[in-house]
Amino acid sequence: MLGLDKKDTSTFLLVVALVVFAPFLLNPFPDGSELAQFNAGYPDLMQRFLIFGIFAIGFNILFGLTGYLSFGHAAFLGVGSYAGVWMMKLLTMNVVPAIIMSVIFAGLFSLLVGYISLRRSGIYFSILTLAFAQMSFSLAYSVLTPITNGETGLQLNLDDPRVLGVSQVGGSIPAANFFGLAMRDSYELVLGNWLFTFNAGYYLCAVVMIAAFYVSVRIFRSPFGMMLRAVKSNQNRMNFTGLNSRPYTLAAFVISGMYAGLAGGLMVAMDPLAGAERMQWTASGEVVLMTILGGAGTLIGPVLGAGFIKYCENIFSKINDNILYQWFSALPDAVADFLVFIIHPFIGKGWHLTLGIMFMLIVIFLPGGIMEGISRIGKLFSRKKAEQGPNGTAAPAPAE
Amino acid sequence: MDAIFLQILNGLDKGSAYALIALGLTLIFGTLGVVNFAHGALFMIGAFCAVTLQRILTLSFETIDPERLDFLGNPLKVKTPYVESWFGPEMGAAIIDWSVPLAILFSIPIMALVGLMMERGLIKHFYKRPHADQILVTFGLAIVLQEIIKYFYGANPIPTPAPAAFAGSFDFGAMLGFDPNVIIYPYWRIVYFLFSAAIIGGVFAFLQFTTFGMVVRAGMADRQTVGLLGIDIDRRFTIMFALAAVVAGLAGVMYAPINSPNYHMGMDFLVLSFVVVVVGGMGSLPGAVLAGFVLGILESFASMAQVVALFPGINQIVIYLVAIIILLTRPRGLMGRKGVMES
Repeated sequence: MLGLDKKDTSTFLLVVALVVFAPFLLNPFPDGSELAQFNAGYPDLMQRFLIFGIFAIGFNILFGLTGYLSFGHAAFLGVGSYAGVWMMKLLTMNVVPAIIMSVIFAGLFSLLVGYISLRRSGIYFSILTLAFAQMSFSLAYSVLTPITNGETGLQLNLDDPRVLGVSQVGGSIPAANFFGLAMRDSYELVLGNWLFTFNAGYYLCAVVMIAAFYVSVRIFRSPFGMMLRAVKSNQNRMNFTGLNSRPYTLAAFVISGMYAGLAGGLMVAMDPLAGAERMQWTASGEVVLMTILGGAGTLIGPVLGAGFIKYCENIFSKINDNILYQWFSALPDAVADFLVFIIHPFIGKGWHLTLGIMFMLIVIFLPGGIMEGISRIGKLFSRKKAEQGPNGTAAPAPAE
Repeated sequence: MDAIFLQILNGLDKGSAYALIALGLTLIFGTLGVVNFAHGALFMIGAFCAVTLQRILTLSFETIDPERLDFLGNPLKVKTPYVESWFGPEMGAAIIDWSVPLAILFSIPIMALVGLMMERGLIKHFYKRPHADQILVTFGLAIVLQEIIKYFYGANPIPTPAPAAFAGSFDFGAMLGFDPNVIIYPYWRIVYFLFSAAIIGGVFAFLQFTTFGMVVRAGMADRQTVGLLGIDIDRRFTIMFALAAVVAGLAGVMYAPINSPNYHMGMDFLVLSFVVVVVGGMGSLPGAVLAGFVLGILESFASMAQVVALFPGINQIVIYLVAIIILLTRPRGLMGRKGVMES
C-alpha cells in the first residue's frame, strides 16, 4: 500500500491507528478514580507527544541512518518557532503559512550549519553542531533581541499588523486557526465515567505527524536511505569507490533540520510563543535521549521514545509525597515512611534524576533502545514456539 | 595599553579553569580513549567539596547566654561552631576562614575515590563501544550527578568566600607605572592562576620525569606493546583517570570563591571545555592548556566595550566562532596529533 511493502504497511497502519485513537487509548482510567492521574489523554500532552515524535523522527533520519551525532538540533526547532511566530505576527493567524515558513527557515539554517559542520565527522561534528547551536542560543538572548524579544520570549501582540487577517478580535488576540477551525477547539465525549477530548490542534498534529512518518519510512526504504546507511557502516570505503558522500549526508542533515523546524512550527501553532531556551543544548540533548531510548535507526523507535519521555516527565513530576502515602496506605506506617523516603528523590522536581538513571541503564544494557528490548522479548517467544512447532525453523530475523 | 593588559589578566583566571578541565579531559581521552562528558560534573563536585567542608566546619551547637538579652528580653541563643570550642575562638575562626584552601586537602581523596568508582564501575565497560555510546552514557552520568547534588544542596548558588586575607585587590597598574586604580585585580584570582599553573606544571612534570609517567606516555603511544612487555597498563590508566578527576576537582574547589557553586556550573563549563579540547587538538596535552588560556583571554578581549560596540554580541559567541574557524582551517586543532579520532 502506498508504495510500502507488507511489513512497513502494517507498521504504518499501527502508527495511524495509535495516533487516531490516542484520545481513547491514553485515557484508560475513569475520571475521579485514583488511577486517573496516570491518564495522558488531554490535548496539551498528546500534542507534545506528536510534536516531539516528529522532532525525533527527523533526528533519527540523521543519527539513525548516517551515524552523525548532532548536538545542536534544538537550534533548528528554535529557528522554526521564531519563524512561525513572526508569520502569525505579520501575516495571519492561520497556522499553515506559519508551519510552512518554519520548515523553510529551519531548512535554510540547517543547510548553512550542515554545509560547514559536515566537513568533519565523529566528535568534531558533534562539537561543531553544538557550537552553532550555542551561538544561536546566545545571540537569540542578546543581540537578536529585536527579532527574538530576548529573555521574555517572542509573543503575539494586539497591535501586530497581521496583513492578511485581523489584528484583534474584540480587544483580544485572535486564536490560531486552520482555515477557521480554532486550534484550541475540542469536542468532548462523555461515556459513563470517562471523558474523552478530541482536540482540533491534536488532530492537525496527527495528520502532519502521520505524513512525516510516512516520508521517513519512504526515506528508510529508498536507495537514498541505503546510501546513508552505507555512510554509517563505512564512509571511507564509499569514498574509495569514487562516490562523494557529502551531498547525501548534507541532504539528510537538511531533511532532519526541516523536521525539527516542522516540530517548532507545530509548537507555535498550538501555543503561539517562542523562547530562546528551546535552542539550548540541553534541549538538543533531550531529542538525542528520545531517539536512543526508543531505538536509533528503527522506524517507530523514536516516536515511542518521545512519547515515553514526555509521559514520564509529566507523570513523575506530578507525583508527590501525599500521593505516595495514599498508595502505601495499606502498609504499616514505618514501612510507608521508609518507602516514601526512598522514592522521594526520584519524583516531583527530581524527575531528571530518574531520567538520567533510565538513560544510563538503556545505553549500558540495551544500546538498541526500547525496540531492541521488544525484539529480544519477541525472539524469546518465537524460539519457544519454534521448539514446540513441527518444523523447528530458526527464529526469524529481528524486526526493525 | 593598560586596557589590553587588564583584559589579559581577566582572561587568565577563566582560562586557567578551562585549561585545567581540558587537561583532565585530554588525559582521559589520550589514555583510555574515552570521551568523558561527565568531566564537567567532576569540576562541579570539586566546587561542592569546598561547600561541604565549609558546612562541616561551621557546624554549631547552641548555648543560651543568660547575660545577653535579645530585643524581646529573652536570653540570647549563641551559636558556636564546634571547631571554635575545640581549638579556641581565634584558631577556630581562622580555620573556618581558610575553609576553601583546606578543602583542597579534603577534596583530593574524595575526587580520587569518585574517579576510581567511575572508571571501575562504568567507563571500564565502554572501552570497546563506539564513541557515540561513550558520549551518551557519560552524558547520562553527568545528569545523574548534577541531580544528586541538586537534591542535597538545592538549586541556588551557594556563596563560598575566600579567606579574608585574599579579599582585596592588587593594584597592578601602580606596580608597572600606570595610573593607580586602573589595573586592579582581585588577589584570589592571582592565587587561582598561580595554583592552576602549579597543577599544570605538576601534571606535566609527573608525566615527564617519573617512571610511572613514562609508562603512561608509552601506553598512550602504543598500548598493546606496553601490555606485551608485561606492564599492567590498565591499572595505570585507571590511576590516570583518578588523577584527571582530582585535577578537575581541584579546579572546582578553587573556583568556588570566584563563582558561587550551583548544580549546573559543570555543564556550563563542560561545553566550553570540549570546545577548548577540540581547538587545542584532541589528545594533545600542551594543546589543551594553550587553547584554554588563548580562548579565556580571547573571551575577555571580546567583552571589552569597544569591541562589543564594533561587533555586537561578539562576547557571547567568540569561543564558538574561533572553534568553528579553527576546525575548518586546521582540522586537527592547534596541536593535534595525526590519527586521533579520525576513524
